[in-house]
Amino acid sequence: MTGPATNDPADLTIAAAGAALRTGDLGAVELLDAVIARASVTEPHLHAYLTLDRPGSRDAAEAADRRFAAGEPSGPLDGIPVALKDNLCTRGVETTCSSQVLAGYIPPYDATAVTRMREAGAVLVGKTNLDEFAMGSSTENSGFGPSRNPWDTDRVPGGSSGGVAAAVSVGSALGGYGTDTGGSVRQPAALCGLVGMKPTYGLVSRYGLIAFASSLDQIGPLARTVGDAVDLLEAVAGFDPKDATSIRGDVPPMRRSLDTGVAGLRIGVVAELTGEGIAPAVAAGFRRTIDALAGAGADIVDVSLPTAPHAISVYYLIAPAECSANLARFDGVRYGLRVDAASTEEMMAATRAQGFGPEVIRRVLLGTYALSAGYYDAFYGQAQKVRTLMRRDFAAAYEQADVLVCPTSPTTAFTLGERTADPLTMYYSDVCTIPCNLTGDPAVSVPTGLDDHGLPISFQVMAPALGEEMLFRVAAEVERLSGFDARPALATSEVLAP
Amino acid sequence: MTVYEAVIGIETHIELATRSKMFCACAVGFGAEPNTDVCPVCLGLPGALPVPNVEAIEGIVRIGAALGCEVVEHSLFHRKNYFYPDLPKNYQISQYDVPLCINGHLDIVVDGETIGIGITRVHMEEDTGKSIHGSEGGRIHEADHSLLDFNRSGVPLVEVVSEPDIRTPDQARAYAVELQRVVRSLGVSDARLEAGSMRFDANVSVRPMGAMPYGTRTEVKNMNSLRSLHNAIAYEIARQTQVVSDGGIVVQETRHWNEAVRGTISMRSKEESEDYRYFQEPDLVPIEIDDAWRERVMASLPELPSVTRSRYTAAGVEPSSLANLIDDPAMAELLDGAMAAGAEARTVANWLAGEVVAYLRQEGRSVADTPLDATALADLGAMVGRGEVSASAAKDVLRGVLAGEGTPAEVADRRDLRRISDSSVLEAALDAVLSDHPDELARVRAGDPKPLGYLVGQVMKATGGRADPAMVSELLRGRATPPA
Amino acid sequence: MPVDIDIAKVAKLARIALTDEELARYGAQLGLILEHAERVQAIDTDGVPPTAHPFPTTNAFRDDVVGPSLDRDEVLSQAPDAIDGYFRVPRILNEG
Repeated sequence: MTGPATNDPADLTIAAAGAALRTGDLGAVELLDAVIARASVTEPHLHAYLTLDRPGSRDAAEAADRRFAAGEPSGPLDGIPVALKDNLCTRGVETTCSSQVLAGYIPPYDATAVTRMREAGAVLVGKTNLDEFAMGSSTENSGFGPSRNPWDTDRVPGGSSGGVAAAVSVGSALGGYGTDTGGSVRQPAALCGLVGMKPTYGLVSRYGLIAFASSLDQIGPLARTVGDAVDLLEAVAGFDPKDATSIRGDVPPMRRSLDTGVAGLRIGVVAELTGEGIAPAVAAGFRRTIDALAGAGADIVDVSLPTAPHAISVYYLIAPAECSANLARFDGVRYGLRVDAASTEEMMAATRAQGFGPEVIRRVLLGTYALSAGYYDAFYGQAQKVRTLMRRDFAAAYEQADVLVCPTSPTTAFTLGERTADPLTMYYSDVCTIPCNLTGDPAVSVPTGLDDHGLPISFQVMAPALGEEMLFRVAAEVERLSGFDARPALATSEVLAP
Repeated sequence: MTVYEAVIGIETHIELATRSKMFCACAVGFGAEPNTDVCPVCLGLPGALPVPNVEAIEGIVRIGAALGCEVVEHSLFHRKNYFYPDLPKNYQISQYDVPLCINGHLDIVVDGETIGIGITRVHMEEDTGKSIHGSEGGRIHEADHSLLDFNRSGVPLVEVVSEPDIRTPDQARAYAVELQRVVRSLGVSDARLEAGSMRFDANVSVRPMGAMPYGTRTEVKNMNSLRSLHNAIAYEIARQTQVVSDGGIVVQETRHWNEAVRGTISMRSKEESEDYRYFQEPDLVPIEIDDAWRERVMASLPELPSVTRSRYTAAGVEPSSLANLIDDPAMAELLDGAMAAGAEARTVANWLAGEVVAYLRQEGRSVADTPLDATALADLGAMVGRGEVSASAAKDVLRGVLAGEGTPAEVADRRDLRRISDSSVLEAALDAVLSDHPDELARVRAGDPKPLGYLVGQVMKATGGRADPAMVSELLRGRATPPA
Repeated sequence: MPVDIDIAKVAKLARIALTDEELARYGAQLGLILEHAERVQAIDTDGVPPTAHPFPTTNAFRDDVVGPSLDRDEVLSQAPDAIDGYFRVPRILNEG
């Protein structure tokens, strides 16, 4: 899974780079330079990054080199260049959520996950593009222009963490952190051929994650391998007193069973998410993986999640409702864009109208409506109850299976503009990923192959809450069985013809 | 002619005196420089999250318990959504349909009558920042702008909502004063109207006396003192009564009390009432107050003002002295201590409410800053009881003790305030007075009792009030008998 | 059937100034989205409690301890308009 042999450090996995850093075969500054050089080649084609933190990354790399020289590395992430989705607060570094309403905003504090990542020695390369305020499945809703898929730049990298996925996929970062509210880490990972994971809700602190939907958002890793994803997650997971929804108690032992294999495990294939609506190439790839898992000793069982088809509708009542309140703070008073007017009331309304893009406005209006007097019970209230039914469905399914599986995305990467005319078709991209956001359970996407167009296909594993150990165990086996090690052609430091 | 009665409910906001804010670690400050006690959470910066202050929860449970409420075992935070520039998130974290405390009551005494006022609910929320409107503060060039200070944003706020059981401005005032007493006795807030740590809004409506349905109510705000609370409610009752008497309809609206015009002014029509779109706060988890917590709070409640009042009244304390004692725990403590040492409650209470209060006011001090303690009060009481000092001299002794001149005995000696009971001294003084008033002496000897009081008074005057008047009378009666 | 929405009222509640054309467009889009959402209403949820949180925890508190506040200069450096340590905004119409 390290890909075709290359001497370019930008093509290393976190594990390989870490090993080289520890032996002294590679320096952190050298590694950073390679990654930056890669970015200078790929960025004109991808627009994965919004901001590169040149001085900060250099300082961090130099500090890492000092630690390596002293024989005291911080851990697996020490000296590793990572990319961060631009809805994670980074002190002193512009953080925009890809929105005009936050253009130029510089947070005075680091998100807890960022603090922990820095303490682990990771080198922040820069902030990556996303769908505005994490609302979207393609990065086309970015207020600063879309990012592109490295496997085919006419296509989307997925969203909302499309920028992170594009960057990690081509080696302009060795790993990254995105956020996943309805699939926004897993789906772009799937479309870009990466491992992307959403932890159990509450496992990673949301302090400093600029909120979209508070009861659904989680920070998650994107990387080229399952092992790398575990490294990234372990660096940031764990209770945070600044987040009242963060889980107290020990972090599950996530890497303990990576090599255990799947013999004797029950793998539940979710009927409602593996039937109609899934593109043939994706379905075929899914079947191949299932067969391989069976061959590796797993029991394949069919399970049903009757409420799964309602997940999108439930999500599009809950998430907009929460986001309508979360985005109320963007009003031109204390930070960000201000459109002047004679009164504060007019100033706020004009600022928000100008600063927010159409998808954000759509969801804020939808959420406001769903919560408003007379409609609460029918919409938001009802959606929260169906969410309970969904959790009961999953609980019942986990009586029959150790993990549940389905494709991550119903299709491979689609072309820019293909789904922007009708919001509903875009929403459908998340049909397989949304259920775990609603239940709070962890899920991971693993790339398994390419279709006939050379576009990545992937496989999603879901586990019960705090079941990360089981989740990664199965994911690691899928990774081994598929032997996927392709890289996009764009993953090169040679300047390409335009 | 129809007689109308007023129906009044009061909503009270109480700032808790915790060290840090409700949802963040910023200090709850005292008029610090603007925007210096702020952080991502109370400033509503993107990405910030609230975490509740356990001391604030303790505070509201104490208030609820003191008000006889049912402390709800499982309660929730909700978001109250509305846009306003002093509300950083443009929603306030508050409580909606599952507040922490419900169904309490507060007894008030008005004109000797005890009235029970129901408490509907007590809930937890966060305070907003402060806006200074450009037209205030004389900054003419700022007339088109407002200035915002978020130091107060996020301070823990407890809201107490009364049932509409109040009927008169006097009752309203009594309710406010009693609630203030209760809150202060708990030590959870200094509950000062002028400092804004206690704020009142009133809901006022009128209806024909004896009618069941409520009339349309208005919300009255901006009452910054007990007096303006009283006056605003009185004004609003009169205004509404006039409106309905004239056959008009009271408009449901918010009105502000305007001290300058001594009336309420309409602020906005409530038909455009806000839709707050309450939903459970997803960034917070529910609050669970179990039996152990509840019992610990109940057990730790101080004696409530109404109980103290009853106890002092039963011990003989005069009603006029009660207020000072109930309002100042330090005073009550002194009285309790003196009573425990055997002093008579009425006398000590009068001293505290009279001399001591006057002294403190004059010197601008609090009783804790003086050397006065319960022992001194009990000792002084005993001295008066033994006749060692007169009642009026005792007041001077007390002032001396407050001023740090020593114990009551020391002050009485140093200031020469002891009652003179030495018969030879009194004889001498009497002799002097009698030789100055031969006519009166003659009349007394002739059997006329009228000059007796005058002569005793003269001896008192000559001895600076320290003569034992009973002894002087006795001696004088002896002189009245002509020598054999 | 798309749901009919008083979009102007919603936009006002959400404090977003939209043109008539935008109101019409968003109103129609929301109507279509909600038509799908209405399927949710058909689900029988009698006696089912709502899920506000994936995890049933309670009492996540912090102790009453003062921590550092932000440096005012850093805070106001992000303000669109500030003066003398205050944030400044245009005239507030509805004095609250």
